[in-house]
Amino acid sequence: MELIVVGLNHNTAPIHIRECLAFPENKMEDALRKVHTIPSVKENMIVSTCNRVEVYAATRQTDKAILDLKHFLSQYHGLPLKEFEKSLYSFMGEEAVKHIFRVASSLDSMVKGEAQILGQIKSAYEMAVESKTSGLILHRLLHRAFHVAKRVRTETKIGDSAVSVSSVAVEVAEKIFGTLEKKTVLLIGAGEMCELAARHLVSRGVEKVLVTNRTYDRAVSLAQEFKGEAIPFDEMNQGLRKVDIVISATDSPQYLIWHDQMAKVIKDRKQKPIFFIDIANPRDIEPRVGEIENVYLYNIENLKKVADENIKDRGKEAQKAEAIVQDEVIKFVNWYHSLEVTPTIVALRNKFEEIRKKELEKTLSLHPNLSDKEKKSLEALTSAIINKILHTPSALLKQSNEEAMADLYLDTLRTLFQLPEASPESFDETKEKENGDAGI
Amino acid sequence: MMNIYFFKLASFLYLFGSFAYLVYIIFLKENLSKLALTIVSIGFASHTLALITRYAEAGHTPVTNLHESLSFFAWMIIGVLLIVNSKYKVKILGAFITPIALILMLFALALPKEILPLAPVLRSFWHPFHVVFAFLGNAIFALAFCSGVMYLIQENQLKSKKMGAITKRLPPLKVLDDLNYQSLKFGFPLLTLGIITGAVWANYAWGRYWDWDPKETWSLITWLLYAALLHQRLTVGWRGRKAAIMAIVGFLAVLFTFLGVNLVLSGLHAYSNW
Repeated sequence: MELIVVGLNHNTAPIHIRECLAFPENKMEDALRKVHTIPSVKENMIVSTCNRVEVYAATRQTDKAILDLKHFLSQYHGLPLKEFEKSLYSFMGEEAVKHIFRVASSLDSMVKGEAQILGQIKSAYEMAVESKTSGLILHRLLHRAFHVAKRVRTETKIGDSAVSVSSVAVEVAEKIFGTLEKKTVLLIGAGEMCELAARHLVSRGVEKVLVTNRTYDRAVSLAQEFKGEAIPFDEMNQGLRKVDIVISATDSPQYLIWHDQMAKVIKDRKQKPIFFIDIANPRDIEPRVGEIENVYLYNIENLKKVADENIKDRGKEAQKAEAIVQDEVIKFVNWYHSLEVTPTIVALRNKFEEIRKKELEKTLSLHPNLSDKEKKSLEALTSAIINKILHTPSALLKQSNEEAMADLYLDTLRTLFQLPEASPESFDETKEKENGDAGI
Repeated sequence: MMNIYFFKLASFLYLFGSFAYLVYIIFLKENLSKLALTIVSIGFASHTLALITRYAEAGHTPVTNLHESLSFFAWMIIGVLLIVNSKYKVKILGAFITPIALILMLFALALPKEILPLAPVLRSFWHPFHVVFAFLGNAIFALAFCSGVMYLIQENQLKSKKMGAITKRLPPLKVLDDLNYQSLKFGFPLLTLGIITGAVWANYAWGRYWDWDPKETWSLITWLLYAALLHQRLTVGWRGRKAAIMAIVGFLAVLFTFLGVNLVLSGLHAYSNW
């Protein structure tokens, strides 16, 4: 059995393609089941976030399965394969293991070190478990991936301060307000930029979203998405009096918020601090607004500059994290290779043989007077017992080679008899909490 | 002279604690801040013993000359730090406060430390209340001073868009401003009580409540400064930068009232010829 992954992410595909190929949560179960019906695929799991769409699978026919999955994506979403094939990547075996470990540890994220992805992978896995499309390989793989993510998080500082522009905005906001809980944000403009930034803030605890836009209807529809409130464009000041954070991203050619206007508003606010994020180009907010006391104004360049500085700091931590991933990949691959029938039977036989020899020697040393003939028949007897015992399981294993159960049998054998190569201590998942919610 | 040993041990531990905090600021290892806090806490315990033994040896509240006052003030400051540290998660605060206490301790160390017979004017029921209220209030203002300094640094970093090593080490503006307000809320009534008990004591000792002695004048100035800050905070919503600056100015007035007046001016409060 080999592990494969087929997918695309923010680096390989533009947003409209990612959106086209995304699996909405309510259709996930259906999609998983459909993949499960593909004959070349034994186990599968689908990860679908706004930055990536990936199908993980265990298969015995890697090349065919990769092709089948590509066609599945095309058919399921009704998009011709040639339109997105160059955005797709596929990995198999060790590379695929490494890929999911990197994804789970947030090393493959747009915002390296952000913590959200781990939760997304966990729920993708739970979906697969509920839909009964995952099996032994994915089970082990995912638990290992969670373990790796945990190691990366605790052993490196990669997650300490995130790098992307919106994460930097959150970081600045947290240095101003302490926490984003119970804070209110005002979006000026109802475009995608505003929406993305707002989503990030909401995921970090912002409680209420107000939206204002020149076209009121769009403000209303975006506000609905956040269960927020729309305000008419010419009543913007009313919003400015209330909110803590303002994100502005309109295509207005002139400033929308001026220094003198804001100087008045801040008095009405009794000097309550306010944080402006101007991601518009040209700017929506007069730069002098940032000179007012208790007003903090960052534009997109400011945020980018901070993000870049963070990346420099982080090079070393990322290296450390990659080393942890590499280390874990090796451990996992060792286990996974041990799931082959012949080496397992050989290992089992060796183990029995070893025991037989030891016990035989003990018995022989207790009876020094035995004749050579008697010794030989003892030898033959013990060998025969072992052969008889091992015969049925060996035959069964060889037969079940093509069935998904083989891996389960092999793994059980390796665990029960403590056979070498499986390195049971490194996979002692009973020690890990994640095992509890696995449901297997 | 047990109290001197404990006093010296406390000074040494504050020195050691300041050093641990310094290392913590550089490396930001959680364990270091815990270590520093533990050292300072042990220093505080030793300091407490120093005050108790001195009280036992002298037979009166040991706040009668400059050595004792400085030591008592440092003790209060560390005490306030330990209380605040248990409530607010502002680990860096100790890195600012401990050195201040250390400087006071070193200053006290250089001064004559003998226990002198109690001057007649200090022999009053009100005297201990006066010093406890006044010093506790001032210790809390020392905390407001530190959070004010941190606020100005942090605000400057954020305004100039430098999200670097300094920003990372200092607490959020909101937390610092909260500390400023909380200090004011507790410090101001204590300062007020300190002044009132002082006036009552003055009435017993000299037969009048208020004499416009330089110390009295300066404590009134200090009181007015903090009263103004409290008033502006509550009415106009002064906060942040302005409140931080006021807390710094206020504490400078506190220090001048406490030390400057004795050094520069003379009056009823200069009891000993140190």
